[in-house]
Amino acid sequence: MSVAKPLPHDAAHLHVTGAARYVDDIPTPANCLHLAFGLSEIAFGTITDMNLDDVRSAPGVVTVITADDMPFENDVSPSNHDEPLLTSGEVNYVGQPIFCVVATSHKAARKAARKSRITYDEKQAILSIEDALAADSRFEEGPRVYKKGDAASAIGSATHVIEGAIDIGGQEHFYLEGQAALAQPQENGDMVVMSSTQHPTEIQHKVAEALGVPMHAVRVETRRMGGGFGGKESQGNHLAVACALAARATGRTCKMRYDRDDDMVITGKRHDFRITYRAGFDDTGRIKGVEFVQYARCGWSQDLSIPVADRAMLHADNAYDLPAARIESHRLKTNTQSATAFRGFGGPQGMVGIERVMDHAAHVLDMDPVAIRQCNYYADAEDGGLSAPRKPAASPPEDILDPKKGEDLASRGAATEVRQKPGDSGAEGQTTPYGMAVTDFILGRMTGTLLKTSGYAARRDEIAAWNAENPVIRRGIAFSPVKFGISFTLTHLNQAGALVHVYQDGSIHLNHGGTEMGQGLFQKVAQVAAARFGVGLEAVRITATDTGKVPNTSATAASSGSDLNGMAVKAACDTIRDRMAAHLAERHQADPATVRFADGRVHVGEESYSFAEAAEYAYVGRVSLSATGYYRTPDLSWDRIRGAGRPFFYFAYGAAVTEVAVDTLTGENRILRADILHDAGASLNPALDIGQIEGGYVQGAGWLTTEELVWDDSGRLRTHAPSTYKIPACSDRPDVFNVALWEGENPAETIYRSKAVGEPPFMLGISAFLALSDAVAGCGTQYPALNAPATAEEVWRAIGRARGQVRS
Amino acid sequence: MNITFLLNGETVELADADATTTLLDWLREERGLKGTKEGCNEGDCGACTVMVSDENGSRALNACILFLPQLNGKSLRTVEGIAAPDGRLHPVQQAMIDDHGSQCGFCTPGFIVSMATAHRNGARDFDDQLAGNLCRCTGYAPIIRATRSAADQPVPDWITDAPVTATANRFMPDSSDALAKLYEANPDATLVAGATDVGLWVTKGLRDIDPVIFLAGCSDLKQVSIDDETLRFGAMADMNTVRAAIADLHPSYAEMIRRYGSVQVRNAATIGGNIANGSPIGDNPPALIALGATLHLRKGDQRRDLPLEAFFLDYGKQDRRPGEFVEAVSFSRQTDRLKCYKISKRFDQDISAVCGCFNITVADGVVSEARIAFGGMAGIPKRATSVENALIGKPWSDDTVDTARAGFDEDFAPLSDMRASATYRLETARALLSRYFAEDRGVAGSVLEVQP
Ligand SMILES: Cc1cc2nc3c(=O)[nH]c(=O)nc-3n(C[C@H](O)[C@H](O)[C@H](O)COP(=O)(O)OP(=O)(O)OC[C@H]3O[C@@H](n4cnc5c(N)ncnc54)[C@H](O)[C@@H]3O)c2cc1C
Ligand code: FES
Ligand code: FES
Repeated sequence: MSVAKPLPHDAAHLHVTGAARYVDDIPTPANCLHLAFGLSEIAFGTITDMNLDDVRSAPGVVTVITADDMPFENDVSPSNHDEPLLTSGEVNYVGQPIFCVVATSHKAARKAARKSRITYDEKQAILSIEDALAADSRFEEGPRVYKKGDAASAIGSATHVIEGAIDIGGQEHFYLEGQAALAQPQENGDMVVMSSTQHPTEIQHKVAEALGVPMHAVRVETRRMGGGFGGKESQGNHLAVACALAARATGRTCKMRYDRDDDMVITGKRHDFRITYRAGFDDTGRIKGVEFVQYARCGWSQDLSIPVADRAMLHADNAYDLPAARIESHRLKTNTQSATAFRGFGGPQGMVGIERVMDHAAHVLDMDPVAIRQCNYYADAEDGGLSAPRKPAASPPEDILDPKKGEDLASRGAATEVRQKPGDSGAEGQTTPYGMAVTDFILGRMTGTLLKTSGYAARRDEIAAWNAENPVIRRGIAFSPVKFGISFTLTHLNQAGALVHVYQDGSIHLNHGGTEMGQGLFQKVAQVAAARFGVGLEAVRITATDTGKVPNTSATAASSGSDLNGMAVKAACDTIRDRMAAHLAERHQADPATVRFADGRVHVGEESYSFAEAAEYAYVGRVSLSATGYYRTPDLSWDRIRGAGRPFFYFAYGAAVTEVAVDTLTGENRILRADILHDAGASLNPALDIGQIEGGYVQGAGWLTTEELVWDDSGRLRTHAPSTYKIPACSDRPDVFNVALWEGENPAETIYRSKAVGEPPFMLGISAFLALSDAVAGCGTQYPALNAPATAEEVWRAIGRARGQVRS
Repeated sequence: MNITFLLNGETVELADADATTTLLDWLREERGLKGTKEGCNEGDCGACTVMVSDENGSRALNACILFLPQLNGKSLRTVEGIAAPDGRLHPVQQAMIDDHGSQCGFCTPGFIVSMATAHRNGARDFDDQLAGNLCRCTGYAPIIRATRSAADQPVPDWITDAPVTATANRFMPDSSDALAKLYEANPDATLVAGATDVGLWVTKGLRDIDPVIFLAGCSDLKQVSIDDETLRFGAMADMNTVRAAIADLHPSYAEMIRRYGSVQVRNAATIGGNIANGSPIGDNPPALIALGATLHLRKGDQRRDLPLEAFFLDYGKQDRRPGEFVEAVSFSRQTDRLKCYKISKRFDQDISAVCGCFNITVADGVVSEARIAFGGMAGIPKRATSVENALIGKPWSDDTVDTARAGFDEDFAPLSDMRASATYRLETARALLSRYFAEDRGVAGSVLEVQP
């Protein structure tokens, strides 16, 4: 069968020959126009005068679009209608688009865009967390609070109380392919848009709004992205809408791609957080209670910040059974880029909070950091969670609120929730701080295995011996677990559609609502389709995501791609397969249930046909060979205001051990070795899954080490290019890098019992950060309270703190 | 300008080509070859990597900051020209498929060309060969696996190109004499050496820099000569050539250059350009100043020499007259006491926050000579004179070093920026003196040398 095989990416051959087409590679007519935005130079204020004469008269300029030229909606927000494509009055961050140049070449447009003369009435910008708190500048009316038990009194009566704070920097996506879109005007005012987006339906919705047409007049196609990581969930709206507007105005094909510096200046990034904590522990290291206050810098518009901040709260427990917890979350509005989705979607920040607490507690209690974690784990499900008790899937009543007009229901930022009344969550046994039963926990066993395969205990001793001998270079080692909740927390997004055609020659055309950004979704889903029909992969053609084929799709996000679309494709394939089986069974007077699809053939009774013959018979027998498939995740019910219910279908798990070396003179540091054990359930494709794990780990470690975003006092992003913003390079991966998949199946009924693997491995990188903390802690007696990213400079500062020195 | 080169085996002749059109734009927009990608348009990501060959062999270069005239007389292979004309894959392509080296695939063409070039050159330092290619998806592990598994396979014959003859152009002089004449007559022209700085003026600054004089044809300026007395580098010696030339004589300097830019950048960047641009964070000047280097300038037929540190007058200001150019830099053969420390957020391909170069000679336990120079600590590459003075004549000991560390306060008042704070810069400068001393005593001093 084609599932579970380590097959290469479906486009690997196209990648290595340079033949894979991205948006900017699509052939365009010779008169194609190119767009560039003119950007705000101040962080906050109002425009008092805008002189675009020199822009308009610059060589190659065909037209210039401003807010006044927009005939319909001027909004690209995925949530709150608070983000105009082009601003006309208020300016909210350095880099905000103010006007759009339409010119005969990309370079002409870029050159012209710099020729504006804009005057502003500048106001005091709100940049930092402190600024925002002082001005009470926030989204939502006040902080959200999720609670379990009485954390304050639990901490009050604990033997050991620790307290502290950690700053966690944001992260630039640095997808290698920048944002890009292409709009081709059609007859009758229709528009076809090619977009590098994780969310074609969102693009369709926003373009339709801006053109004042129904969604049926806009078709969006996405073959592939050169990386997304969440950065193309909502951030592509601007380019697609601008292209569509310009195409409407000029009647010509219009293309826009951001130059890298523009991309980094304009688009949102991972939210940076400050998390303060207080926690109580007993002598054995068991946590009694914990309080977190999470401050998220959301930037100037709401975008997806609310669900991001929610997810940070939802991962404040990570793998630990917290008897009492209070999590308070502030979503702060600042005059910076609007922070957006990024792999993990707030989960990583929440997780860093509790991992910091464990690290700090181990230091104070002088315990082994692994032991303290193990003693606080949720209990393992028996049998790997396979036979874990599970409440029957009783669907609670749905409370469908009236969507607001124009509401973007397909976005994670949608304000209107189609909320299911949680009623009594009915969760028994160990529960998360938001009242969800943890029934599939396996980290106890996974940890045992990883500690053994990584030689953790012996290496810890070796490292201690090395550190005793070496005054300058110190080593550190750390373990960290991951438990990550799988599902969109906006419950209604957990649905997907597929469209499958079988042609009379037996070839199969496959389409679904998920988008391909490198994660191998198309290949996994094709493997599912091939398995359902019992044919080889060569029989299946995966086609570009297309809003004209599968409507109302959710973003390919929240790691949900193969869970949702795999199931939808399976449903579509099975519909056709059952029709074919029924037809053949009738001819052979056999029971349809006995018809078998395997090895490229269809077996019925004693007879067998090639799949192509079977398809031809079905066609001639007037049997429909086209079907849609649909899937929605069962068992979900979530009230995000109360912080109660079952937001996740299941959890994905992983664990990592990382070893580092630190130069105590300069703080320079590097990863020496990483050992990872990750749970992908029964993997649909182990090679692709291991690719996600390796890539996720390195990206996660980069977030917490070299990737530093720096804004200056006037709100200008100073790290707006790869020359100043440093993602991991080749030699930054661990010298020794062992990655293994946990042998197991998902107890939840997912596609072939696999588990989602897009986001969870990202958080394995936390072990690298903790290993640095370990190395630094040995430099003195105090807890170093390392902040992220742990650049050489931050490590150097933390060494000072460990030694009780102040190094500002 | 008129340019002739081979593109994937086919002769291309361009008449009146715009001197500052980048190869990347030309390939994608004029030629419709979309395999070569733009990831940054500033030389930092390698998505645009192409293979450029001439009589000196094959080099990987970044097409985004390579001007068309720089290709005159070269043969060029893009990702479209790596597989055989009949479609047979190059070993590195097959290995990337088999080892799952691509995910989103956007970085892949650049990796393929870097890998094919390294493969052709028989290079085995894979991490260094690929340091200039960023990948955000894979975490590099599968790419390195692929690189290893292809390494032993023979170089396919289709990758070798016949030589081409460059077309003559007035603004592409073929010797330093010709350059001297031309530049003296056109002192307002912009000199282009490797274009790793000038390229960005065009792609990011969107500047018009005409008229442009390309130095690439001045082969005499590329010469490196080493005799018993002196090492002399022509201004057009690229950084990989410099690295190779000093590897045995000053290994720490060579190791610093290993981390300077990437293979692609070093293949283009010249030592002359790195000095002439006057950057306070260029990596060669501190090393060269510590070595006591002399700069050789030329204008027309006049030549003058000056100590390198005297060339840097102030931020953005050098002692260079209109029509005068850097001809060479030289320094004396000496016992190697040089250590170069490059501090940056990322080890590979990152601009230095601080680059400290120490050349301290000890005779009979006493410091007899000290030349210490830093980049990133002032508006120009600058010597730490107070520290030097605090060392010279003193016993080479903990105490002396401790005392001398204070001298950095007098020598430097660094700034804070996105690369580092002023405090960190200053404290690191002190720490590096301690590192030099510790290393001299045999204490391991670099995390890069620690093995797992
Ligand atoms: C991705 C990337 C990474 C980099 N990393 C580093 C690094 O790690 N360390 C570092 O130091 N630098 C680094 N640089 C900067 C750059 O590589 C150097 O400054 C380089 O040495 C400049 O040389 P060039 O030949 O490319 O000069 P060009 O860009 O051609 O010219 C630079 C300047 O010098 C002038 N010039 C050139 N040659 C002469 C001459 N013979 N006489 C007079 N004037 C001349 C030019 O007119 C121009 O003003 C990096 C650049 C990039 C793009
Ligand atoms: S496009 Fe990034 S190096 Fe050329
Ligand atoms: S495969 Fe996506 S950037 Fe390398």
